[in-house]
Amino acid sequence: MNEIDKYIIPQKDAPIDRKAEIKTVADNAIDAPEPLSERERRCRQTMRDFYEGLRTMLGAAPIRHEKSEWTETMRSIQAWKMTPEQRTFRRTLLYKHENTKPTFAWRKWRWPSIIIINVLFVVSYWLDVQLVEGALTASRFVGFHMADVNSSLQVVLAYKELLINLMIGLVTVMFLWWLVGGRSFCSWACPYHLLSELAEMVHLKLAAKGWALDIPLDRRMRTVLYVIFAILAFVTGYTVFETISPVGIVSRALIYGGGAALLWVGFLLLIEIFLVRRFWCRYACPIGLTYGFVGATSPVKIQWDATKCLHEGNCRAVCLVPHVLEMTIKNRAHKSVMEAGPDCTRCAMCLEACLPGALSMKVKGIGDLL
Amino acid sequence: MAVKLQNMVAKKPLSGRKQMERRSFLLSLLLGTGTVAAALAGYVPILSGWVKRLRPPGALEEPEFLASCIKCGQCVQVCPVEAIKLADAGDGFGNGVPFIDARTQACDFSCDAVQCVLACPTGALTHEIDKKEQVRMGLAVLARPEACLARQGQGFKGVARGADFKGLHRYIAVDRWNPVRIADQPYDLELCDLCVRECPIKDAIRLIPMSDDPADKRRTPLVEEACVGCGMCEMICPVDPAAIVIEERKTWQQAAVDSFISGEAV
Repeated sequence: MNEIDKYIIPQKDAPIDRKAEIKTVADNAIDAPEPLSERERRCRQTMRDFYEGLRTMLGAAPIRHEKSEWTETMRSIQAWKMTPEQRTFRRTLLYKHENTKPTFAWRKWRWPSIIIINVLFVVSYWLDVQLVEGALTASRFVGFHMADVNSSLQVVLAYKELLINLMIGLVTVMFLWWLVGGRSFCSWACPYHLLSELAEMVHLKLAAKGWALDIPLDRRMRTVLYVIFAILAFVTGYTVFETISPVGIVSRALIYGGGAALLWVGFLLLIEIFLVRRFWCRYACPIGLTYGFVGATSPVKIQWDATKCLHEGNCRAVCLVPHVLEMTIKNRAHKSVMEAGPDCTRCAMCLEACLPGALSMKVKGIGDLL
Repeated sequence: MAVKLQNMVAKKPLSGRKQMERRSFLLSLLLGTGTVAAALAGYVPILSGWVKRLRPPGALEEPEFLASCIKCGQCVQVCPVEAIKLADAGDGFGNGVPFIDARTQACDFSCDAVQCVLACPTGALTHEIDKKEQVRMGLAVLARPEACLARQGQGFKGVARGADFKGLHRYIAVDRWNPVRIADQPYDLELCDLCVRECPIKDAIRLIPMSDDPADKRRTPLVEEACVGCGMCEMICPVDPAAIVIEERKTWQQAAVDSFISGEAV
């Protein structure tokens, strides 16, 4: 049986579906007993999707929506997708994709971005031009304070005092990363991310030959580590996490020269190559979670379009955080247009991996007007 | 559902999926615990007192300093003599925290206005000071009096730390603005007074006679209250190892207690 043939074609206007829909509407109405207006219903659904995104980021398994919870549009798209012409059309597409390799053109922007940001720190120090002084944990960009959100959090928890310069830097950095959204810091600025991506390439080569394992971990681990490190900073009065933060270690090593601390980074990379693919970035890093919260409400989104999706799964195969693309799995989306969750690093690999172009980067507000 | 029921009814071996989940959970537990343990290993150098570092000017008390320092190295970047370095993993929680190795390169306040303090974004180097005289890093102590050239009445001729020494110092007579290599500045002194001569703080150290005999050339360095513990004397001291060193974070109060215990006058 063909992949596409597995679709269940819902009966249009089937009485059972109607009943179910009315039931969900009633279930959603917590305060008001009478049925909600369409606008209100959509508003609540958006809020629920937002909390669902945060929950998933913290490690919960994504919710599977019943067909009865799907929107009317989603259902009609599904029905349309089942028409014989569409099936044949998509089958030819799938066949074509089988022999097409995606180009990772965004990487040509992203890798230079990571390199340029980190090289600016190095060059600024070595040439003494005072462009970006400091390291990724805290710096001055042409005199303006910048501070890493997670490092600041550690300092504030350990030192138990709000430091004005730090707050200025913190708010600036939070705003900048909020603008681009998600965990953009990770894939567009973090030097460890680049090392980890290279390690991932090695891992995939080795895994294909059976020389490396890829054991998925429990995603709740990152949330637990986050809480533990926050408590440790507060209780011990030391910035405990900074001791092992590979981001700080690599950034300082680039600027001031490396030392024994790089052994820890090497150890992490070895785990990522041989045991758990993208161990640190996917399952452990509290910095990533911090930036996930910062960018959760950003106007920049990765948008998924049900009409174009062939459910091939290529996007999730390249994704650092595949749980943000759960809606691309067949019969998982309850809306025809959905956004990737806050854990998304905006690396844009999925955009290119998706050959039918169902995923796109959208800027809300201004983007809608344009 | 059926699988679940089967498992409940008969104790059948776990399904592949369940087995995977268990393996995931156990490995997560192991790696998560390992990560926390690796971070907490940073406690060892702190508690065992391995880490005795001369911190840059204005550093808060050690625990507060480690807590408030964001490990960015902005202090490192502004120092004109590059005296400040960042500690490595061996310092535990002090990983990435700035320190000064005075013998290799001391802070000689070439910057005039405690630049490192101004650069610090968190106030770990307290913003409450703005003059070099207010700094308290430690105190100079004559650790090896027997090696001190002045105490033997000896002079000093040549370059203070050998021709290969890379240390910098600002000689105002040579260049008001730029520090130069100590190795390029030979001395010819009848009585070695390098620690006094190159001290950047007024009235912090002086040489006093060792006897009432005017013919006795011997002098001993006396560290005064103004000493900020910058370590310039330790760097310039021509004997090896240095006769005079900095005891980091030492205060006059503590010095008084120490001398009381040892029965010496301060």
